[in-house]
Amino acid sequence: MAAPLALVLVVAVTVRAALFRSSLAEFISERVEVVSPLSSWKREWLKAFHCWTWEYLHILEQYFMKVSFCHPGWSAMAQSRLTATSTSQVQATPLPQPPEQLGPQTPLIIYLFHFLIDYAELVFMITDALTAIALYFAIQDFNKVVFKKQKLLLELDQYAPDVAELIRTPMEMRYIPLKVALFYLLNPYTILSCVAKSTCAINNTLIAFFILTTIKGSAFLSAIFLALATYQSLYPLTLFVPGLLYLLQRQYIPVKMKSKAFWIFSWEYAMMYVGSLVVIVCLSFFLLSSWDFIPAVYGFILSVPDLTPNIGLFWYFFAEMFEHFSLFFVCVFQINVFFYTIPLAIKLKEHPIFFMFIQIAIIAIFKSYPTVGDVALYMAFFPVWNHLYRFLRNIFVLTCIIIVCSLLFPVLWHLWIYAGSANSNFFYAITLTFNVGQILLISDYFYAFLRREYYLTHGLYLTAKDGTEAMLVLK
Amino acid sequence: MGLLSDPVRRRALARLVLRLNAPLWALPVAWLERTMRSVGLEVYTQSFSRKLPFPDETHERYMVSGTNVYGILRAPRAASTESLVLTVPCGSDSTNSQAVGLLLALAAHFRGQIYWAKDIIFLVTEHDLLGTEAWLEAYHDVNVTGMQSSPLQGRAGAIQAAVALELSSDVVTSLDVAVEGLNGQLPNLDLLNLFQTFCQKGGLLCTLQGKLQPQDWTSLDGPLQGLQTLLLMVLRQASGRPHGSHGLFLRYRVEALTLRGINSFRQYKYDLVAVGKALEGMFRKLNHLLERLHQSFFLYLLPALSRFVSIGLYMPAAGFLLLVLGLKALELWMQLHEAEVGLEEPGGAPGPSVPLPPSQGVGLASLVAPLLISQAMGLALYVLPVLGQHVATQHFPVAEAEAVVLTLLAIYAAGLALPHNTHRPLSCRVVSTQAPDRGWMALKLVALIYLALQLGCIALTNFSLGFLLATTMVPAAALAKPHGPRTLYAALLVLTSPAATLLGSLFLWRELQEAPLSLAEGWQLFLAALAQGVLEHHTYGALLFPLLSLGLYPCWLLFWNVLFWK
Repeated sequence: MAAPLALVLVVAVTVRAALFRSSLAEFISERVEVVSPLSSWKREWLKAFHCWTWEYLHILEQYFMKVSFCHPGWSAMAQSRLTATSTSQVQATPLPQPPEQLGPQTPLIIYLFHFLIDYAELVFMITDALTAIALYFAIQDFNKVVFKKQKLLLELDQYAPDVAELIRTPMEMRYIPLKVALFYLLNPYTILSCVAKSTCAINNTLIAFFILTTIKGSAFLSAIFLALATYQSLYPLTLFVPGLLYLLQRQYIPVKMKSKAFWIFSWEYAMMYVGSLVVIVCLSFFLLSSWDFIPAVYGFILSVPDLTPNIGLFWYFFAEMFEHFSLFFVCVFQINVFFYTIPLAIKLKEHPIFFMFIQIAIIAIFKSYPTVGDVALYMAFFPVWNHLYRFLRNIFVLTCIIIVCSLLFPVLWHLWIYAGSANSNFFYAITLTFNVGQILLISDYFYAFLRREYYLTHGLYLTAKDGTEAMLVLK
Repeated sequence: MGLLSDPVRRRALARLVLRLNAPLWALPVAWLERTMRSVGLEVYTQSFSRKLPFPDETHERYMVSGTNVYGILRAPRAASTESLVLTVPCGSDSTNSQAVGLLLALAAHFRGQIYWAKDIIFLVTEHDLLGTEAWLEAYHDVNVTGMQSSPLQGRAGAIQAAVALELSSDVVTSLDVAVEGLNGQLPNLDLLNLFQTFCQKGGLLCTLQGKLQPQDWTSLDGPLQGLQTLLLMVLRQASGRPHGSHGLFLRYRVEALTLRGINSFRQYKYDLVAVGKALEGMFRKLNHLLERLHQSFFLYLLPALSRFVSIGLYMPAAGFLLLVLGLKALELWMQLHEAEVGLEEPGGAPGPSVPLPPSQGVGLASLVAPLLISQAMGLALYVLPVLGQHVATQHFPVAEAEAVVLTLLAIYAAGLALPHNTHRPLSCRVVSTQAPDRGWMALKLVALIYLALQLGCIALTNFSLGFLLATTMVPAAALAKPHGPRTLYAALLVLTSPAATLLGSLFLWRELQEAPLSLAEGWQLFLAALAQGVLEHHTYGALLFPLLSLGLYPCWLLFWNVLFWK
């Protein structure tokens, strides 16, 4: 199975490299659908920042030198580092002073790109490839688990007798991991956001690794990746619940309020998560020696000060609103993102990975600065739910809506900004349609999933009391 | 209005006209500069050069270099934050020299007035639209078409409105107004209303698309004439080429129109004073504007100068046409879905061994090949003619421009032969095991959605083009299937292909202009139009050529594929 995956990777990298070299790259990186203020890649800005962080690195290194006097080996290393920096940075740092505003990138990302700024294209291609590989292995493992569970339930006679056609077969499941990788890598949304160098790709990689480590059952790594993802964009916080549920399920710990094992494990996992989050935040503080980045990044995400149009629901609403209501509605809108976790956790207790899929989709739809890169992440999971296909009701119409909206975004943007013959309402109308389409699609999947589960236990050919074929109603 | 009322100025104008009527092979830059400066303007020049992708045979140019001259009249009553433009595009011959004379006379007159609150730029461009493009790009400090030009030394504020002037003689019988700009963009309707008001006030006769305004709307003749004008406007807008140098201003969100003086055999003629008065009135009105024109309409069709069809009336027509595609696609989807259920039903017991949802199996295996091949054909159509012109001229006895057009036609025709030969080996083994209809139905479903999407997007930006393509392509696209009278369907498809639509539009256009074409002339005009389309894409960034070659042609090939599905 490695060969097709490698082939897909090669194709994906080729497409991206070709686009990076073409004249389209600049156009794409300006599109509001692809980059948000949170994920945009402003090279000049990063360069300016570059100088400033270097100044702090110098301080760090001097400190390091002092410490390392007692360790001769270390001091030699530090010496060489220092000379290297002083020769290369002399001309580049005329006045290292902190920028006035910290900007909405997290310090670690800035630190990372401070080394990789010249290889940015490579980095973004690699992150996409890593995401796809992580998803591939995660889904491969997940499918094994699903199959085992199904076998167990079949042996235990838990399924209704006439559901033979609903049972999943290894034949059918064989290509799913490959399809997931394909859906992620060759999705136009992913390609666009990679070419635009949107840091959303990095967030996706972190979430993908979180999913991989969770499915592999490593609680510690899973907590670390979740902490990193949270640190990056805050909203993955809600993935804590499905992650925990999956790990519990894996260790056969029942989710019961009275069970002691449940509480111990939850406590452990939460502590690992909070601990790694604290470590990362302190590292950022140590890097910058100021707490400015917390209001600059998380305040920026939560209070939505930047109302540049994007594919989300926030910008128009808050641009039109009276100032004194906006705090209340910001709270309402933000709670909306986190709110669904509780009912979903109750309803999907037994199916944490499906829960995770729905939760990622909800984040992509309702977050404050969404881009198409976020949408691409949950779209990669569609092949995993291939078996729900027969229960989906509006898949054709909804797919059409999403495709039409994706095409209309640039057209209406052109009419609004350049031609001047349309206005912001046109663009917002398409944003609304796009999001309604996504919401309906996700609820369609949700309903289909519940319906399949119901059929599995109650039999496929249900009859109502009067003998006609029964209809399931979601309440 | 005191323009040219005193005999001295009148005589000066006559002298200018006489001077400019002498045969000119290049713009008399030094003389223009001197004259503008003597009038009291700040004068600057801008030189530009551009190598066209291949020789332009209609304008006879290849390596173009020229100089634009412009003078700025600084507004005495405001800071230079806003400006108006009066531009005269000069071609290689001296056809537009009367307009230069009027421009200079107007500049001299405007200079004496104290009420200007916006700077006025008097711009004379060489090589008509190429010069305008170079000047606009330099003014807004962008480079979108690969024009090489020197930076501008003097600037006024943001341009609020522009009027382009074309006069071919020193007396006119009527003024023709052109609104259609690059890619079918239109100026705000208020600018047109302004022009019409001043024409009525000055008693000037004005025409639209070269047609007189119908007087009597109650009898049959008036509406018929309106319909003719409307159709002419639709055809012109659909062509997406700038009809006058105002068309390039629209891209920078500057409201602009072109006025053309027509000198026909009509008895009653106006001299340039009347035209100058109308222009002065327009500029004074524009000078009073406090903000950009934005309240009125940007999307309209004109059956007459005083009447317009609003978007609310014409858009539903296009919407219903696209609905046909949508409903057809939905029908196909239902059929595919039913076929799938039908396949599963008789199986009954061996249910578990049904591999994938079959529609996806068919979709992935048999759709990728035709889709990729037709897109590749489109890409070849877009890239090869210009890239391969030198190879073609070396091996065949043709000139570059001919080579481009003939390669274009050759690739276009080759596309008809190619795809339905190649999809067979790829698709047969998948389809034969399943219901035979599924393959083409899935392909047609994709093609229908693709077509509907493209037409929808085009209709939003350039309604005329979208509507024209929808009326021709939709019926054939909805009918195409591999059963029934195949030759009939094939003929219908060929007749409604984008190239045939272009040819048909040319004949219709000349028919409406009451100058019908013979077949040979039509063919020549068709070839010239192809070359112009490619050139305008490369020089001004017109989108019609890439739209047809990268979008609609591949889509049309898909329907061709459906028709010959085996």
